[in-house]
Amino acid sequence: MTAEPYDTIDCDVLVVGAGGAGMRAAIAAAEAGCRVAVVTKSLLGKAHTVMAEGGIAAGLGNVDAEDGWEVHFADTMLGGQLLNNWRMVELFAREVIDRVLELERWGGLFDRTDDGLIMQRAFGAHSWKRLCHVGDRTGLELIRTCQDKLVHTQGADVYMEYTLTSLLKDGDTVAGAVGYNRNDGGFVVFRAGAVVLGSGGWGRMYRTTSNSWESTGDGAALAYAAGADLLDMEFVQFHPTGMIWPPGARGILVTEAVRGEGGYLYNSEGKRFMLEYDPAKKELSSRDVVARAIYKEVQAGRSTPHGGAYLDVRHLGAERIKQKLPSMFEQFHALASVDITRQPMEVGPTIHYTMGGVRVEAETGATTVPGLYAGGEAAGGLHGANRLGGNSLGDILVFGRRAGEAAAEFARGQGARRGIDERQVADEQASLLRPLDGSQDGATPGENPYKLHEELQAAMQDDAGIGRSEESLQRSLAAIGELGERSRRMRVSGGRALNPGWHTCRDVENMLTVSEAIVRSALERRESRGSQWRFDYTEQDVELGKVNFVARRDGDTMTVARVPLDPLPERLRPLLEKSRFYDPAKLPKGHLTPMGAAPKEGA
Amino acid sequence: MSGNGTLDGLTGETVTLRVLKGTPGSTPVEATYEVPGVTGMVVLDAVHYVQHNLDTDLACRWNCKAAKCGSCSAEVNGRPVLLCKTRVDDLPAGPITVHPLKTFPLIKDLVTDVSRNYEVNKEIPPFTAAPDDGSPWRIQQVDIDRLYEHRRCIECFLCQDVCHIMRTHNYADRFYGPRFFVRVASLEMHPKDVLDRTELTRDKGGLGYCNITKCCTEVCPEHIHITDNAIIPMKERVADRHWDPLRFLGRLMWRR
Repeated sequence: MTAEPYDTIDCDVLVVGAGGAGMRAAIAAAEAGCRVAVVTKSLLGKAHTVMAEGGIAAGLGNVDAEDGWEVHFADTMLGGQLLNNWRMVELFAREVIDRVLELERWGGLFDRTDDGLIMQRAFGAHSWKRLCHVGDRTGLELIRTCQDKLVHTQGADVYMEYTLTSLLKDGDTVAGAVGYNRNDGGFVVFRAGAVVLGSGGWGRMYRTTSNSWESTGDGAALAYAAGADLLDMEFVQFHPTGMIWPPGARGILVTEAVRGEGGYLYNSEGKRFMLEYDPAKKELSSRDVVARAIYKEVQAGRSTPHGGAYLDVRHLGAERIKQKLPSMFEQFHALASVDITRQPMEVGPTIHYTMGGVRVEAETGATTVPGLYAGGEAAGGLHGANRLGGNSLGDILVFGRRAGEAAAEFARGQGARRGIDERQVADEQASLLRPLDGSQDGATPGENPYKLHEELQAAMQDDAGIGRSEESLQRSLAAIGELGERSRRMRVSGGRALNPGWHTCRDVENMLTVSEAIVRSALERRESRGSQWRFDYTEQDVELGKVNFVARRDGDTMTVARVPLDPLPERLRPLLEKSRFYDPAKLPKGHLTPMGAAPKEGA
Repeated sequence: MSGNGTLDGLTGETVTLRVLKGTPGSTPVEATYEVPGVTGMVVLDAVHYVQHNLDTDLACRWNCKAAKCGSCSAEVNGRPVLLCKTRVDDLPAGPITVHPLKTFPLIKDLVTDVSRNYEVNKEIPPFTAAPDDGSPWRIQQVDIDRLYEHRRCIECFLCQDVCHIMRTHNYADRFYGPRFFVRVASLEMHPKDVLDRTELTRDKGGLGYCNITKCCTEVCPEHIHITDNAIIPMKERVADRHWDPLRFLGRLMWRR
């Protein structure tokens, strides 16, 4: 088979995705002297990073002088139930401080303390006031600041509204990627010395999600197809507070800053139920705990009219609400006709973030495939079993930069650019064009990709959602298998130019791959830990606290393997005690358990 | 957000959409779709229902569906709006027309080519601090509050679309447009920025073409006072730096 015509674009480093991670990687690679191509499915500045509202957690200690990177390290490890890659957490907690100050030097705004320093706010499961923020729009500020830095950085070119559908390889090494221009449907091949995945997470396979259409797991699917490992895929974060009414607004995020600023959660009986579920942290407990609490209240018949809980800020006063939570005021006013200074909000859990991702080396973001790097939500390891609010914006800056620098070094060491295997290009084009080819239908009608997507969302929401069991997960696995079969018969009308139905076909295929990894990993983890809540295994298992699960491709089948978790080294162990939430009796089970819950030296 | 045509909360009413469909080189025509009404439905929900059930080929740009990214800009009943923020029950009864932004070249259906905006942004020198201005910076909250208004811009380009200098006079080649006067103002008013973009804004930016009709302010979904708090302050700076009689005289003599 010969390839259809395509444009070829040469670069040293190809960056997939233009959210915070992709842009920070691109800036780093370009500043290292590389020719960089940044490819985004959307317009520049629209990536999911804009949705981040609460802020960037960094141990600056501007408000609470007791804070520092060590406490941030401890909170992040404990929040992740000690399943995190500790080296990533260490690098993250140390470097995020510099990344915040760097953002400010690039023109980013932050609210200030009375002394004129960067203001920091309280957030769930953080020991101290730690989140640097500007109102409730910190993600927008981050993306606009990185965007302006990127477009004024020599050597970086942005390709807006392109989709990359497959990585190209030369032997074992990544040599570029193939895809298409969304607007005219023309094929394109990027030849690159190294590729960075800054492609974000995958929340669109769930029905109630705070994610945009883009979060279809393209990066994970691309990496998986190229032979990379997917780590911790069972861990999918439900944000406790999404809108639940009206129907069209269901899932839209209600920022944790609402609780950070002092908002209370009530059930339909007017009871502040978090006082019971977590008396120490209350509404500011970690996200998995608050999400499960709301779920349990609803199950117990104490739900609001539309099946959630009340989130109330009225006691803060109208002026403070409008100053600190302007977007929330506007959002409820416009979409739900609710004035949050006078009425409580109705909220419920919504899919928000994926802790799992492509398995990477901590220092470089290098995947197990030579030449392929990943950073940010696309990569796994930093957040363990549950991410703390405020840790994603720091993640994308710290590890975006590191992946960009490492990719630049790899690309420079490559010498001449690798050749492109025409057959790989032709195969990918044939696969992409299949849904547009009406001649193959025969007697069976084609499948509507949107309908398959809706069925996948039902299977994942109902059976692989906030609570799971062997039985429910097997049901969703069967549904994924059946949808996979039917996905081969997806057909759409129209041509290649800006055809959303056609674009959805590949989105569905990627979401099926990633969903399978979520379900298969969740089946293997026979315990409840962090965001993974198993009805049939409700406790933590010591042995499972010493392993991560890794999904990888073996021919046409997906296998899930146990890989041992590197134990926390002696030098970092005492840092855990610096967390205000450290309790030796309640340490997550795992490597620290047999030793009698972290003995205190000299005690 | 669901964004996938879920049907709970049905109102029993039918919403009629008239969507302008077309590609460059053809004459766009309005296609009519009947969509089941849902409580609290926004126009983007209705467009999604059409894509999922009636016309999978209908092109529409969107991302967050929460009025935070500024992707789904279009003209509903002739008014530039975000589709994700425009409630069907806020519109008068009867068919709803949904057209693409008129000021920008059409790509397909509701999607237009807004790339010119990104080129303008490249022309504006970025934030630049004095190299010896060491961290950590001390800035007062009052300065942040003033700048934050400008920084709320989500680049939906509705202000660019409605501005008659661009929409009617087609001056995109000599006029930056309201969005970028907001951008310049946010840089110029930043207490740590050391550049002066006033002359650029007057000359290449064509600030003088703006005759402060305030249409941009009216359509801004972020309620930024574009005219009062960005354009007029920039016009005052131009008046001060460029048209100040002494400086004007000085320039004449210096040139000579």
